[in-house]
Amino acid sequence: MTRIYLDHAATTPMAEEVIQTFTKEINEEFGNASSIHQTGRNARKKLDQSRHVFAASIGAHETEITITSGGTEADNYALFGTAYARKSEGKHIITTQIEHHAVLHACEQLEREGFDVTYLPVNKEGVIDVNDLKNSLRDDTILVSVMYANNEVGAIQPIQAIGELLKDHPAYFHTDAVQAYGSIEIDVHALHVDLLSVSSHKINGPKGIGFLFVGKGIALKPLFYGGQQERKKRAGTENIPAVVAFAKAVELKQSKLQENITRNVQLKQAFVQQLTSNGVQFTVNGPETDVLSHVLNISIPKTDVETFLVQLDLAGIDASSGSACTAGSIDPSHVLVAMYGENTPVLRNSVRFSFGINNTEQQVIEAANKISKIIH
Amino acid sequence: MKKIEDTRVVIGMSGGVDSSVAAFLLKEQGYDVIGIFMKNWDDTDEFGVCTATDDYEDVIKVCNQIGIPYYAVNFEKQYWDKVFTYFLEEYKAGRTPNPDVMCNKEIKFKAFLEHALALGADYLATGHYAQVEVRDGQTRMLRGKDNNKDQTYFLNQLNQEQLEKVMFPIGHLEKKKVREIALEQGLATATKKDSTGICFIGERNFKEFLGQYLPAQKGVMETMDGKQMGHHDGLMYYTIGQRHGLGIGGSGDPWFVIGKDLERNVLLVGQNINNDALFSTSLTATDLSFTTTLEKPKSFTCTAKFRYRQEDVGVHVELLSEDKVLVTFDQPVRAITPGQAVVFYQGDECLGGATIDEVFKDGLKLDYVG
Repeated sequence: MTRIYLDHAATTPMAEEVIQTFTKEINEEFGNASSIHQTGRNARKKLDQSRHVFAASIGAHETEITITSGGTEADNYALFGTAYARKSEGKHIITTQIEHHAVLHACEQLEREGFDVTYLPVNKEGVIDVNDLKNSLRDDTILVSVMYANNEVGAIQPIQAIGELLKDHPAYFHTDAVQAYGSIEIDVHALHVDLLSVSSHKINGPKGIGFLFVGKGIALKPLFYGGQQERKKRAGTENIPAVVAFAKAVELKQSKLQENITRNVQLKQAFVQQLTSNGVQFTVNGPETDVLSHVLNISIPKTDVETFLVQLDLAGIDASSGSACTAGSIDPSHVLVAMYGENTPVLRNSVRFSFGINNTEQQVIEAANKISKIIH
Repeated sequence: MKKIEDTRVVIGMSGGVDSSVAAFLLKEQGYDVIGIFMKNWDDTDEFGVCTATDDYEDVIKVCNQIGIPYYAVNFEKQYWDKVFTYFLEEYKAGRTPNPDVMCNKEIKFKAFLEHALALGADYLATGHYAQVEVRDGQTRMLRGKDNNKDQTYFLNQLNQEQLEKVMFPIGHLEKKKVREIALEQGLATATKKDSTGICFIGERNFKEFLGQYLPAQKGVMETMDGKQMGHHDGLMYYTIGQRHGLGIGGSGDPWFVIGKDLERNVLLVGQNINNDALFSTSLTATDLSFTTTLEKPKSFTCTAKFRYRQEDVGVHVELLSEDKVLVTFDQPVRAITPGQAVVFYQGDECLGGATIDEVFKDGLKLDYVG
């Protein structure tokens, strides 16, 4: 059975050119970018070229890019790095109820360490109100962390408006752009963000690599100590093949950004249309506009997500829910709870489908047909 | 009949060696096997550690070794409502409940069976030591071949409809053989220790656990003729026939729990393991359930167990109503305990069972037992 992969928000396959770049690098280069010899210099050159690609992709300067082991480390570095560097200035942090756990659990740890965290609510579409943020701001607010777009329902947040609001406030502004990057054009200066997290494996790059944009003049306390890598901000010998392959993935995404958006919108529409014409009753979780083109979260009445996801898997369809279902503990999605409250069947009957490079219209129609069969 | 490769079997996997080998055997026979881990209880501690996490890790390893898909399903709410609530109610009433019997009846072979059927399963399998066999158009439940491990006692409430959908892939094996197969196949759980005790309490202190849910009322211990013998920690902590934990010293024979006086909150104790007051000759039981749908005669003789792993005793059974039986023993039996199951057998076949309610000696009700 050929599987239909509709879980690109969880992770993506590497693009063909990325695999070629990755394997070529592993075969040909092994140098340590910190070494003083030619082999080391070769590695350093590739590191610098890649960093240039990362910086250019968001309108930043190369010195503003700190390469990390991925999105989680980028988020943790932004949060703990800011909190520890600025704790004498204030202990207040503002974030939202719908962040990825890489941000939420880091915030919970900071609370245990004595920081005061405000979690902003969202409306029924999963979007925060900038006025709520404005009202929560205090003189001792040192950091505002709002995700660019939500990974479960795709809701794009008013990042530019927040950036404008914080222009005259000393708080650093971090945005977790892990899900948005590659699906939205991003310019850090137009947005007035100070910190921005990106992950490689969400954009058809390899796993275990990402970066944090750290704007000029923003000082973070490092998480790792050791060598002098990343201008002493992040010790540890660089994973050059992964960095170079990541840069290749970025280039591909940048060159096909509009094309990808159009394609994803088409796939989403074809999928939704097929479900509708098959008579499947469902509602969409998340906004109608200002939503990520590749994410579709739907609630199907009278289904149970725990059973439904297994049925999908057995039918050859990979999809997921926002629930963490490790070892059978179904915690309802914190995102859906923030949107709808605790007492709604939507928490138990919502599934996320997310589209990507290898999907075809034929595949999504087949998936929709299989879903109809499961439900009826 | 379906071809074996088109026959879907959901196997309940606990992360133990029995269900691991059961899954392996099904896969080897060519079934379309799906492993599912049930989470019925949350014991997450302050560090976020939950025993279910480790068990599920073992399920993942074994399923990947065997080459079958695996999932988890959560029945915490159903378990709380149907099993744990009953468990507490019984203790409150001074009885000794059997949560495993209730779990099999309400969770494993009801909620879980329904889940399996929803996933297109033709059968639900478990790693129980029991066997099923179709005879005269009825699915019979037979004792597990390993007499020391036979678990039909806990499965006595299963009915025909449930049994028709059930497979026990290791029921024909000795425990020793199950371990051997696991070792031969290099299954991750091959040398894992068997779990003991009530599943949701595990290795923890039973007294401490129960005390978290029910208020313990301390009281005095008395002999049957009213002589005070020190204090008890709360009647719910003791079961009929129990020897340990009484703390009565002195010379002579050891002391045992004979009964409970709930009204006065007194624990009745007596000396000698074969104390006459511990013996009874008949009982009544309710929640009567039979494994087959064959019509039962109003009265019949068979053998019975009153506790897990006890030798069978010859009995005469009289149906008092749809739901209630009078069971008269061929010889006096020690420490019959209300709340436990009485399970009936005809040779190797488990006929069904009921929950012990009242205990009699020569026709007189033993009020001190419950």
